[in-house]
Amino acid sequence: MSTKVKKMLFILSKGTIENAYAAFVMANGARMEGIDSEIFFTFFGLEAIQKKKLDHLRVATVGNPAMHMPTMLGGLPGMEALATKMMKKEMEKLDMPPIGEFLEILSDSGCKLWGCKLAVDMFHLKREDLIDDLDGILTIGDFYSRADQEGCQLLFI
Amino acid sequence: MKKVIANKEIDVNEEGYLLDFKQWDREICECIAGECDIVLTERHWEVIEYIHDKHHKEEPLSIRGIKKSGVIDVKEFYSLFPGGPLKKATLIAGIPKPKSCI
Repeated sequence: MSTKVKKMLFILSKGTIENAYAAFVMANGARMEGIDSEIFFTFFGLEAIQKKKLDHLRVATVGNPAMHMPTMLGGLPGMEALATKMMKKEMEKLDMPPIGEFLEILSDSGCKLWGCKLAVDMFHLKREDLIDDLDGILTIGDFYSRADQEGCQLLFI
Repeated sequence: MKKVIANKEIDVNEEGYLLDFKQWDREICECIAGECDIVLTERHWEVIEYIHDKHHKEEPLSIRGIKKSGVIDVKEFYSLFPGGPLKKATLIAGIPKPKSCI
């Protein structure tokens, strides 16, 4: 059995900007190395593929010890927006594409993008609420069947 | 290390990337492309030209840069250089492998 990674499947379950970028950078990085990649957006991860919401993802300032900010302070109005603005500025310096542009790059790179059926139903979303580049809406069973090959890894974010 | 490409002795690193761009020429380029199972077309040369231009200006290469280049879109870039487009394109163009994660 070969140990070479041939395919990376990501499950993005969170709607914070740092988690979305983690999935996107790794999925794009895989494609750039000639590795197949796919992302399954579930629960709050769906925010990253909703046309109206994807440009407004934020960094979590509460319950995030790495922000080095007292929890009470992080909860103040405008704090999340400020932290997000600062993070986006730093990302722009590194030539990180904004979420919408990143999704276009991923799709054009051949990375498959899937919505989770259960979560789409739960949030009462329609197909037209989601980005046009989405490859489809799958059950978790459908998604697992896409992992059914040698050299495939699944990652939950 | 040394490697013979197109009957010329060329300095390359362990991954086969040229160490000295001055040693690069079109013949070598076609040989390296052949090793990657790529037959260079006019479109490939346009991309290689763009990559050289960025290299001379010392501007880092990224997939986002490719998207904005106006020379080629991301989809075609992947189809021209299958299996890791930026890695393959820089290898063929005779410049160092990009260090960026994006």
